[in-house]
Amino acid sequence: MAKGIKNEVAIIGMGCTRFGELWDKSASDLIIEAFQEAVADAGIEKKDIDAAWFATCFDEVNVGKSALALPKTLKLPFLPVTRVENFCASGTESFRGACYAVASGACDIALAFGAEKLKDTGYGGLPDFGNLLGSQNRAIFANITAPGGFAMMATAYFNKYGLSAEEGKRALAHISSKSHHNGTLSPKAHLRVEVPIERIMKAPIIAWPLGLFDCCGVSDGAACAIVCRASEAKKYRKDPIYVKALQIAATSGEEMAHQKWDGTWVMPTYEAGRRSYEEAGVSNPREEISMMEVHDCFSITELAVYEDLQISPRGKAVEDIEAGFFDLDGTIPCQTDGGLKCFGHPIGASGLRMIYEVYKQLQGKADKRQIKNPKLGLTHNLGGFPCMSVVSVGIFGNEL
Amino acid sequence: MVGITSYGAYIPWYRMNRKLIFEQLGWFNPANAAHARGEKAVANYDEDAITMAVAAALDCLQQRDRNCIDGLFFASTSMPFAERQNAVIASDGLDCKAGVRTADFSGSTRAGTTALLAALDSANDETSIMICAGENRQAKPGSAQEHTYGDGAAAFLVGSADIIAEFKGSYSVSHDFIDYRRTSTERFLHTWEERWIREEGYSKIIPEAVNGLAKKYNMNVAEFSKIIIACPVTGALNGIAKRIGATPEQLQDTMIASVGDTGSAMPLMLFVAALEEAKPGDKIMVVSYGSGSDALYFEITDKIKTAGKGKKGITGHLADRNDINVYGKYLVYRNLLPLEIGIRGEEIAPTAMSTLGRDGKGITALIGSRCKACGTPQYPKQRVCVNPDCGAIDEMDDYRFSDKIGTLTAFTGDHLAFSWDPPQIYGLVDFEEGGRILLDLTDCSLESVSVGMPVRMSFRRKYADPDRGYYGYFWKAVPAKS
Repeated sequence: MAKGIKNEVAIIGMGCTRFGELWDKSASDLIIEAFQEAVADAGIEKKDIDAAWFATCFDEVNVGKSALALPKTLKLPFLPVTRVENFCASGTESFRGACYAVASGACDIALAFGAEKLKDTGYGGLPDFGNLLGSQNRAIFANITAPGGFAMMATAYFNKYGLSAEEGKRALAHISSKSHHNGTLSPKAHLRVEVPIERIMKAPIIAWPLGLFDCCGVSDGAACAIVCRASEAKKYRKDPIYVKALQIAATSGEEMAHQKWDGTWVMPTYEAGRRSYEEAGVSNPREEISMMEVHDCFSITELAVYEDLQISPRGKAVEDIEAGFFDLDGTIPCQTDGGLKCFGHPIGASGLRMIYEVYKQLQGKADKRQIKNPKLGLTHNLGGFPCMSVVSVGIFGNEL
Repeated sequence: MVGITSYGAYIPWYRMNRKLIFEQLGWFNPANAAHARGEKAVANYDEDAITMAVAAALDCLQQRDRNCIDGLFFASTSMPFAERQNAVIASDGLDCKAGVRTADFSGSTRAGTTALLAALDSANDETSIMICAGENRQAKPGSAQEHTYGDGAAAFLVGSADIIAEFKGSYSVSHDFIDYRRTSTERFLHTWEERWIREEGYSKIIPEAVNGLAKKYNMNVAEFSKIIIACPVTGALNGIAKRIGATPEQLQDTMIASVGDTGSAMPLMLFVAALEEAKPGDKIMVVSYGSGSDALYFEITDKIKTAGKGKKGITGHLADRNDINVYGKYLVYRNLLPLEIGIRGEEIAPTAMSTLGRDGKGITALIGSRCKACGTPQYPKQRVCVNPDCGAIDEMDDYRFSDKIGTLTAFTGDHLAFSWDPPQIYGLVDFEEGGRILLDLTDCSLESVSVGMPVRMSFRRKYADPDRGYYGYFWKAVPAKS
């Protein structure tokens, strides 16, 4: 395997807006807000930035195509700026571009940005998927939405492991209830209310067996990171956070068209996780990972991630969930800021928001939700559907 | 010698008790009480005259090689397209060969038998014709037709080999009798007084054709085992029977009480019902009505004994039913009520005709690829094999999925997706002979769906884009009932 970028890149500043249904804020407002926090955090100025990557997904209702919304809003001085888009994994893509730029020596300081203004569609959920896969999509692709695409994994999982709808929904409700609790401790989160398991289980069905509280918030928001070479990081701050691994895996198309995959897990998550552990030198993730921010677009996604990232053995995630393994006071706290579920999910920003939380936790700056003495934090950012996805996994540490 | 070599039928899953209509609109037109008896077959929201004709043609084909079809004739007065041939959509859906001759027959409810006659005229030792008729007519709320109209389809394979019903002859009359009329831009028809239509139309024109046939072939009406008269007005039918000298036993039941008036498909659906009970040597007369009348004369052969094998036909479809118990649902499915479908429902991505042109029957006939190196079927067509253990490039044969059985590996009922029949059910279908497709499901309820459930393929409208004059046809999964 290639050497990778372990300990080559450090995060020296980050910014993240409040996420939510921000009717009074445009994408530009969000970009400026996140940027101001990040440059202040890094102690740099705009002119210190050499290049930027900009993630945004649904250009139809957002800032339009290309990267230009970022330099035009921030008046970046004719910098190289690149737009990246990989469904809901776009945010981590922009981070990867910036990391590779400084790791290669092409840039000294790079900016990774993600912003999404989702709430200008006029309806709940993500924008319609009519053209998601190009012009053939309309003709042959099932009439699928995000909750439905993931709900199929729940029916397959329940069936494989012999869970009744009641048993399966109870485990999923534990996941959502935990994230709602964490969200109440997260000042910038979209949804900040405790929701008990019984209420989650009785909520209206969105896509069987997933109910309203099995689905994450659809939000507006922006987040960004400023990175430099690890060797230079201490010049900017005393507590930089180091990139230990950054991997991405995209489907080969196998899950959609070949019968080998059984629909109960996400192949690219397993693959991106496996490569990340290898890059970071993690041999026993259940013992070594301190905390995780995973792509909990739906409760079932988070359940599958536990197994795909080799934290829980196959078919045993329910046991860990019900034992509180992933709760804020558990062994590996997951979604300490509320996750996509409650912090919210402005597509392009989500990958960077996850890194933002890991960054704060590893610096010991997570206030009421601070976990004890974390060493390694993991982010998992999934784009697409379980049957057709692209997944990024990042591992971060506070020591070289 | 030519004749019918195979038959098939289709009746949609939904049935509506006519009392449901009368309860809603009987206050306005109490005279409709006379029509508010029995039930009618109602096409699902994703069905139309073409999809139902394809379903009937598949029932007719069974395991036959589709290359036996040299022509496909389609009859309907409710064709989805005024320009873009409807018959070729059906022939593509059926995966007919490239050299197939296709034609639409329309203009009157007589079009079904006219198309059948054209098929019989075209068929010979070298040529077999698939003739199908489907109807999905719209009627104004509160009209008599809203009660009487039903939806359905029938199909016949016409040729010279292994004939089950030999074509002996026909007699046609044509009259510009203006009982029902509709211009090319109108959705609903205009009628004249029912009594006039019954007495001067059905009761005179049908006997003219029946008597003309009998005279032409020097026969007596009593010689026919079954006389099929596609007269949707039951009162008129009894008078016609007396007038032509037919006994009640000779008359084929019109299925008005169970299916309804299926227009141009009606005489053909009734003919299928008659064939399901016919015996060798039976003489059958099929009589249509509309701007005149066609009377056709068939004689049943020994081959009838095994002709029904594997077919669902009229009998099987009548038994497979589900009630529409909300009048509003029927109104919406027939596009008679402007439903608030929400902004998501209003968003219809445009269709790229050139993409359809390139993908061709890959879409309409559900043709994928099968890898010659490893044998894996896959959809849509691939150049690089999707099997992770193979990956061969350009080793593909075309492979038809539409006639294969699969099982559900995962599914959901999605309330967020816009659907005319929420929740939108879809799932991963794993085919028995290999291959997997993510497909919408139809003609089922979420409660009836489970992992491992067997499904078969059904040709449906995937979406409608009426503002751009387009309906997208594709295949959906429906529960495979034994």
